[in-house]
Amino acid sequence: MTTNEIINPANLVYAKTKVMNDTPMHYCPGCSHGVVHKIIGEIIDDMGVQENTIGIAPVGCAVFAYKYLDIDWQQAAHGRAPALATAVKRLLPDRLVFTYQGDGDLAAIGTAETIHACNRGENIAIIFINNGIYGMTGGQMAPTTLHGMKSSTSPNGRTVPLNGHPLDITKLLAMLDGTCYVTRQAVHNVAGVRKTKKAIRKAFENSMLGKGTSIVEVVSTCSSGWKLTPEASNDWMVENMFPAYPLGDLKDL
Amino acid sequence: MAKVKGAVVVNTERCKGCNLCVVACPSDVLILNKEANSKGYNFSMMENPDDCVGCAACAYVCPDACITVYKVRV
Ligand SMILES: Cc1ncc(C[n+]2csc(CCOP(=O)(O)OP(=O)(O)O)c2C)c(N)n1
Ligand code: SF4
Ligand code: SF4
Ligand code: SF4
Ligand SMILES: [Mg+2]
Repeated sequence: MTTNEIINPANLVYAKTKVMNDTPMHYCPGCSHGVVHKIIGEIIDDMGVQENTIGIAPVGCAVFAYKYLDIDWQQAAHGRAPALATAVKRLLPDRLVFTYQGDGDLAAIGTAETIHACNRGENIAIIFINNGIYGMTGGQMAPTTLHGMKSSTSPNGRTVPLNGHPLDITKLLAMLDGTCYVTRQAVHNVAGVRKTKKAIRKAFENSMLGKGTSIVEVVSTCSSGWKLTPEASNDWMVENMFPAYPLGDLKDL
Repeated sequence: MAKVKGAVVVNTERCKGCNLCVVACPSDVLILNKEANSKGYNFSMMENPDDCVGCAACAYVCPDACITVYKVRV
């Protein structure tokens, strides 16, 4: 059978979900943001909730998430996504409401909003893209930046005396009574993509069941900020990010 | 014995040449083209189409949802 004979709609096993539109995404080649966008689109497609979902876009590289997934969106001021999501979900409780936030957004400027939304147990899902850096603004150090990790504001590597410790905010959020599901995943390989998809789906379902706040951290790469190729970034993440931010469920009620 | 044969179609204009699909493919089917698309990216293509098993590993990891996968039993 020739390639041209195989390429036939009857033999289709994988195609881009229609929830993701054809607008080219602005992300750097290989960026984890794209993979997670795609997964979210697929889940919304699978759950049949395209007309019923409201995403809250952050400030950070994902500020334009609303251009790529054809659902309803609000775009929050930096770090305020959980507060905005709180309002949206309380006003429209029948909608699936999720935030999509980077580590600078969620764990630096938005720390208060994040902690209090989780502590109140808002019925939202929080998708947390932790690439250990402020990607959008040129690779500055974030609270999540690893010990010794170089960034544009820690050119010789992060040190404890000067910069303090990396913040494992996900562990902290798991301690709060308002959270029902807290998990950490990554999308560097097929197994990771599958597990992340399951996790985000569960977070979405929890929010509709009124179980409280779910957090899915996706340990991610920023090849531009890290100054590595996409492939080397994945390897670097496995070697350096995973020991500090180990994958798996932290809480599942 | 039933054998599986696959094929992929890359959206060459959407592709950013990140190489992650090439790395993910268990059958070494894909390479980056020497030619670039209109944005200057060396897009992914099938170099060894006969070895494709339609597993969709390449499509799962693609950050830009560029790859469509087909599979048949022969
Ligand atoms: C109030 C405010 N302060 C600072 C900024 C500048 N700023 C834009 S994005 C960003 C950090 C983004 O980092 P992160 O949330 O980790 O997202 P990434 O780009 O890494 O995905 C900052 C500090 C801003 N836009 N608004
Ligand atoms: S700067 Fe980093 S996080 Fe932002 S799009 Fe590029 S690789 Fe992704
Ligand atoms: S479908 Fe599987 S075998 Fe075919 S190119 Fe993609 S990864 Fe390789
Ligand atoms: S993973 Fe996607 S964007 Fe990257 S080279 Fe392959 S087809 Fe192109
Ligand atoms: Mg970041």
